[in-house]
Amino acid sequence: MLTDEVGKGATSASRPVHSAENPLRSGGSLIQLITPKGERISHPEFDVWVKDVSDEQLGSLYEDMTVIRRIDAEATALQRQGELALWPPLLGQEASQIGSSRALREDDFVFPSYRESGVAYVRGAELAEIARVWRGNASYGWDPQRINLATPQIIIGSQSLHATGYAMGIQHDGADSAVMAYFGDGATSEGDVSEAMVFAASFQAPVVFFCQNNHWAISEPVRLQSHVQIADRPNGFGIPSMRVDGNDVLAVLAATRVALDRARKGGGPTFIEAVTYRMGPHTTADDPTRYRDPNELEDWAAKDPIARLKALLDSKGLLDEALEATVRAKADAVAAEFRASCIDMPDPAPLDVFNHVYSTPNSWIERQKDHYSRYLESFAGSSEEGAL
Amino acid sequence: MSKLTFARAINAGLRKSLESDPKVVLMGEDIGALGGVFRVTDGLQKDFGTHRVVDTPLAESGIIGTAVGLAYRGYRPVCEIQFDGFIYPAFDQIVSQVAKMHYRTQGRVKMPITIRVPFGGGIGSPEHHSESPEAYFTHTSGLRVISVSNPQDAYTMIQQAIASDDPVLFFEPKRRYHDKGEVDEAAELATALSMEKARVVNAGSDVTLVAYGPLVKTARDAALAAADEGTSIEVIDLRSLAPIDFPTVEASVRKTGRLVITHEAAQSGGLGAEIAASITERCFNYLEAAPVRITGFDVPYPYSKLEMHHLPDLDRILDGVDRALGRRNSLSGLEG
Repeated sequence: MLTDEVGKGATSASRPVHSAENPLRSGGSLIQLITPKGERISHPEFDVWVKDVSDEQLGSLYEDMTVIRRIDAEATALQRQGELALWPPLLGQEASQIGSSRALREDDFVFPSYRESGVAYVRGAELAEIARVWRGNASYGWDPQRINLATPQIIIGSQSLHATGYAMGIQHDGADSAVMAYFGDGATSEGDVSEAMVFAASFQAPVVFFCQNNHWAISEPVRLQSHVQIADRPNGFGIPSMRVDGNDVLAVLAATRVALDRARKGGGPTFIEAVTYRMGPHTTADDPTRYRDPNELEDWAAKDPIARLKALLDSKGLLDEALEATVRAKADAVAAEFRASCIDMPDPAPLDVFNHVYSTPNSWIERQKDHYSRYLESFAGSSEEGAL
Repeated sequence: MSKLTFARAINAGLRKSLESDPKVVLMGEDIGALGGVFRVTDGLQKDFGTHRVVDTPLAESGIIGTAVGLAYRGYRPVCEIQFDGFIYPAFDQIVSQVAKMHYRTQGRVKMPITIRVPFGGGIGSPEHHSESPEAYFTHTSGLRVISVSNPQDAYTMIQQAIASDDPVLFFEPKRRYHDKGEVDEAAELATALSMEKARVVNAGSDVTLVAYGPLVKTARDAALAAADEGTSIEVIDLRSLAPIDFPTVEASVRKTGRLVITHEAAQSGGLGAEIAASITERCFNYLEAAPVRITGFDVPYPYSKLEMHHLPDLDRILDGVDRALGRRNSLSGLEG
C-alpha cells in the first residue's frame, strides 16, 4: 500500500507543475472536487494536482476506503465480542485518511493520533499491528522506523510537536522529505498544537498539519474548540491553510499534495482543515446518542465519502462487476485476516512488564524484576500439589 | 588540569559533545547570542552555528516536544530549561512522551534527550526561580535523573548524559555556578566514574550523611565542622537521583549505623523519604536510630529574604546529625 501508484504520482516527474495562483487560502471556501452526489466538478486551482489520477487509481482509492471501513466494522465487532479492549472508529473519515496518506511519499514521516487506522493501513502496517494496541497486547502497533509512521498517540495534540521537531531534523539533514501530523478538532484547543505552529513557522519546518475536523471531541462540539473556522487559526501564526471537503477523497489528495510539495520546496508549514464527520462514537466506550442530534447524523450520512466516490465511479461507467468483485473479495479477505490475527495473538509474558523501560539496565527495575520473578517462581509446581 | 567555574565546566563538556557527535543539538531560550542567562552556553552558537545551538521560541512544551521529534529523526537534543520553575509547562511532554517512548515502542524508538535544568535556591531570585522539582521526575519511570555537585563531575557527567541512549534530567545547582574547581579536560569519558554511581566524598564512621547537588558542599562543610568536635561524618554525594546507587549508601550505613539525608526540596514525598524507606528495608538490622531528614519545608519556595530559613544550612544539618546520634538537639524531649 505504501508504494501505491497514486502516492508515487505525487512526486513523479510527470506530475504537472503548478503555476497558477497560490491555491492556499484561509477558511471559508471549501475545496471540493466531487459533490455529495458524486459529480466531478472542476476547480481551477486544484484540478491540476489530481490530473494524473487515472480511472484505475480512482478504483484503487475506492478499494482502500472500502477495506478500511470493513476493518473498522470488524474491529467494532471484535470489541463487542471482548477480543479488543477498545476501538476508536473512523467511520465517515475514510476520505480524509486515505486521500491524505496516499499523497505521501515513502520517505515522509507521519505522526498520527489514535484514530488513524486508515493511515496505518496505507503506510503498510500489518493488520495484527493495527489490532495490537487496542487488544492491549502492547502500547505500540508497528515499528515506527519501518514504515515511517509514529506509534499511535493518545495524548491529544502532543504529536504535532514531535512532527515539527522531526521536520526540523529533516531541515538539518538537508533532505526533501516532509512530515505530516494528524490531529482532530479537539486538539486545536491544546497548547501543544499552538506551540507546534509557533515552532513550525519560526523555523519554516517542512511539516503539514492535517486536522480532521470531525465535529466532535467526544461529546464536545467543534464550536466549543474554536470560535472561528479552524482553518482561520493558523493564519495568525503565519501559516497558510486550506479548508477542504474531508469527505471528498480527490479534494483531500489534491490539497495534501499542494501542502507536501510546498514543504519539500522549502516553503514551510501548511495547515489543512479536512471538514469531515465522525459517524460513529468517539470510541467503543462512548454513546453519541446522549449528545448528538440524530438529524445531524442523517445530514452527514448523505455526504458519505464512500457513497460519493462510488457514485462518481458509477457515473463514469467504472463500477463494473469486476471492480465490485475485486473490492468485495479484498475486504472479505482483510476482515478475515484482521479477525484471525487478533484472536490468535499470543498474550505477553508476565515479566515483559519490566522490559524496555530504559535502553540500558536500571538497578531499581532489575531489583523489582528479580523480586517479582522469585514471587512468580514461588507458584511453580503448586498446582500439582493442589495448593491452588 | 585547569581551574574552571562550574558553569565553564559544563560549557566545556557541551563543547566536547558538540565536537564529537554531529547529531548533538542544543536548544533552549536565550542560549545563542546571549549564551544563556547563566552564560553556560556562552560562545557555542558562534562556534557551532545556529543550526546546532538553536534559540527557540519561549515555549517549554515546544522545546521538549520538538526534541522528541528530533530524537525520532536520530538526533541527540540537549534542551535547556531556563529555570527550574519553568519546567512545569513541559511536564506533560517529559513524563508522557520523553519518559515513555522507549517503553511504548518496546525499544524501537530511543529518546537520547538531555534536559538541563539550573535548579535550587540561594541566589535571591523571585518566585519560580529557585525550585527543586527533582522528585517529580525521579517518580517517573523511563527518566534518569542526575544532579552534579562540582566542576569536574559537571564536565564529565554532562557528556555522559548526552551520550546516554536514555533521557536524562540534568539538574545543575545554580548557586554553585561560579564556584571554581580543578577540571581535567583531557580525562577520558570511558574511564570516568559512571554517572549512576554515588561517591563517598568524605570518609567517616559515626553517621552517614547523604546529599546531592548544591548541598554536597554544605554537607562537607558540616563534616569538617563536626570533625573539630570529634564527630566523624561520612558524606555521600548521590550524583544519580534515579536510579539511586543504594549499594553505596547501604555499605556506608552498615558501617555507621546512622543515616541523615539532606535536600533543598520540600520534605513530603521527597527523595529523603525514598532513601529513608529503602535503606530501612535494606539494612534495618544495622540501624541504630531512625533515619533523619533535613530538608526544605513543605511550603512554596519563599521570597528571598526568607530563603535562608528554608534552605538547610550547616547548623541545621549538624542538629540533624545530633538527632541521629541521640545527642541533645533542638527536638530533644519532643515525643512523636
